[in-house]
Amino acid sequence: MTAQGEAVSGSLGTRRSITTILGQIFGPLLQIFYFVIGSAVILGAIVIILALLLRGTRDDIDLLQGTLIILPQVIVDSLVRGFLYAMIALGYTMVYGVLEFINFAHGEIFMVGAFVSAGFGLVLANSGALETFNPFAFVVIAVLLGAAVSGTLAVSIERVAYRPMRNSPRLVLLISTIGMSLLLQDLVRIIATMTPLGFNARVQTPNLGSALTLAQIPLGERTINVIIDSRSLIFILASIVMLIFLNYLVNVTRMGKAIRAVAQDMPTASLMGINVNNIIALTFLIGGALGGAAGVLFGIRVQAINPYVGFLPGVKAFTAAVLGGIGNITGAMVGGIVLGFLEAFVASYLSLFTAGQFAGANYADIAAFSILIIILIFKPEGLLGEATTQKV
Amino acid sequence: MGVLLQLDTVHTYYGQIHALKGMSITVNEGEVVTLIGSNGAGKSTTLRTISGLLRPRQGQVTFKGARIDKIPPHEIVKLGIAQSPEGRRIFPRLTVLENLEMGAYIHPSGTPEYRNDLERVFNLFPRLRERYKQKGGTLSGGEQQMLAIGRALMTRPSVLLLDEPSMGLAPVLVEQIFDIVKEINAQGTTVLLVEQNAHMALAIAHRGYVIQTGQIVLEDDARALSKNEMVQKAYLGIE
Repeated sequence: MTAQGEAVSGSLGTRRSITTILGQIFGPLLQIFYFVIGSAVILGAIVIILALLLRGTRDDIDLLQGTLIILPQVIVDSLVRGFLYAMIALGYTMVYGVLEFINFAHGEIFMVGAFVSAGFGLVLANSGALETFNPFAFVVIAVLLGAAVSGTLAVSIERVAYRPMRNSPRLVLLISTIGMSLLLQDLVRIIATMTPLGFNARVQTPNLGSALTLAQIPLGERTINVIIDSRSLIFILASIVMLIFLNYLVNVTRMGKAIRAVAQDMPTASLMGINVNNIIALTFLIGGALGGAAGVLFGIRVQAINPYVGFLPGVKAFTAAVLGGIGNITGAMVGGIVLGFLEAFVASYLSLFTAGQFAGANYADIAAFSILIIILIFKPEGLLGEATTQKV
Repeated sequence: MGVLLQLDTVHTYYGQIHALKGMSITVNEGEVVTLIGSNGAGKSTTLRTISGLLRPRQGQVTFKGARIDKIPPHEIVKLGIAQSPEGRRIFPRLTVLENLEMGAYIHPSGTPEYRNDLERVFNLFPRLRERYKQKGGTLSGGEQQMLAIGRALMTRPSVLLLDEPSMGLAPVLVEQIFDIVKEINAQGTTVLLVEQNAHMALAIAHRGYVIQTGQIVLEDDARALSKNEMVQKAYLGIE
């Protein structure tokens, strides 16, 4: 018993085992993976069953065939939306976890990231280097640049607009975040319209390669092409890399543990020698950097942005954070994925099943916000949220 | 045996509420000093003022001869003052080991000193060694108290501030905790102990103060205090 105990503290004191660290990094990602598979299977099954039930209601096309043909594309779209919301939701959830208010300016932090990608593309295009620029290097540099700009911006906003009000009622802070959000929108609008970027900015990129055909599945006289376009692939891969990095930072490093300690009990964390203000700034830096990186990837994917692109993804990412359990980092990622899947499926299949009566894309927003309402009514702690109890 | 920690006519407020009204106490090196008093007398406020969580409006707090009442809490820990706060306040969603690591936040981790500290805590509280992987919030009340004290020890303090370690614990556990406090003191750490359980506190303390409505009303060595008529009546339940 004692010998075993000694062994425990011996190994703990030096380096903890590689498997523990890997578990801490990849555990949350595994959870995301389960939710990806789960959402895809469940929603896929639902649309197939619906297609079977509704078969024959339309004479022009075979519903089942139509459903199956677009399914791979819908899943790719779901993943892109899912990771987009996951990355933005992290910013909301981290700030909420530490300070217990919703930073509504976070959508604009994301938008600024998108404008950084547009600016970077423009600068390269003007210098004539864009066409020959290495696409991989372009994405990496743009993401790092966007993360740096948005991260710095988020930290400055906290310093200027939130910290002085930290001890005021939460409502005051909330209003301050909304004010910041409007301010940033218009600041970016002014800057964009004064520069060659313009209000509707184009995100120019080098040739990022063509679409990748992953598989071709024969289906009767037609085939299902499983295609992923390069920009979506970049989005998904880059998001995964960043989520791995975030999990390492929060779960393994001392700094990450300090963030969690501050989130759980601020005064006690300061008794441990943790500088609470620095940790709060750090949360804004990480959340802002992730939001900015997501903005860059978003810009690269959609290629046309304006100063108001941050609002809707921001509010939806907030929904995702609530869906996963606000304050819970893994929850934010999972919530983003689930929301992305639901939205993409509604957007793609609603018009197919209703013969175009409900043109889907707009109804996707309704689906997203209905989820917010349902979650708030029936499970306010979210999918992964835990009711915390502290023994006295 | 020099003076380690001193409060000199300290006045602390919660907003408009005057909580400490000219507190003066002295803690010498190597001592166990106890502050006894009823609910709301200002015991926890005193500790929170020493740790820097509250700023005194008047008066001075000195530690090793230097003023510390204008220093933020995270700097005060580094000087060698650790607190095990009222209600334990362990981090419920960090594991036992992570809680202890947070205690050692101000020291580089992975060093032999860090391993020594960890070993010392695990030897004082073998229960924590058994449960090192468990989330803090899943521990029993007694185990949480052990973790709170262990976490404070990980800061390598010269003075340990203990806020009601006996609160809500079964008598057997209280005795165990107090034995360990004695042991910690024997290992060279000065202890300032705040307690409602005056009987237990006076049993292990060298000296004691009685605090009422934010002021010291009595000060003596522990044995004399436990024989004092007023203390016996008010805090020991002896008529």
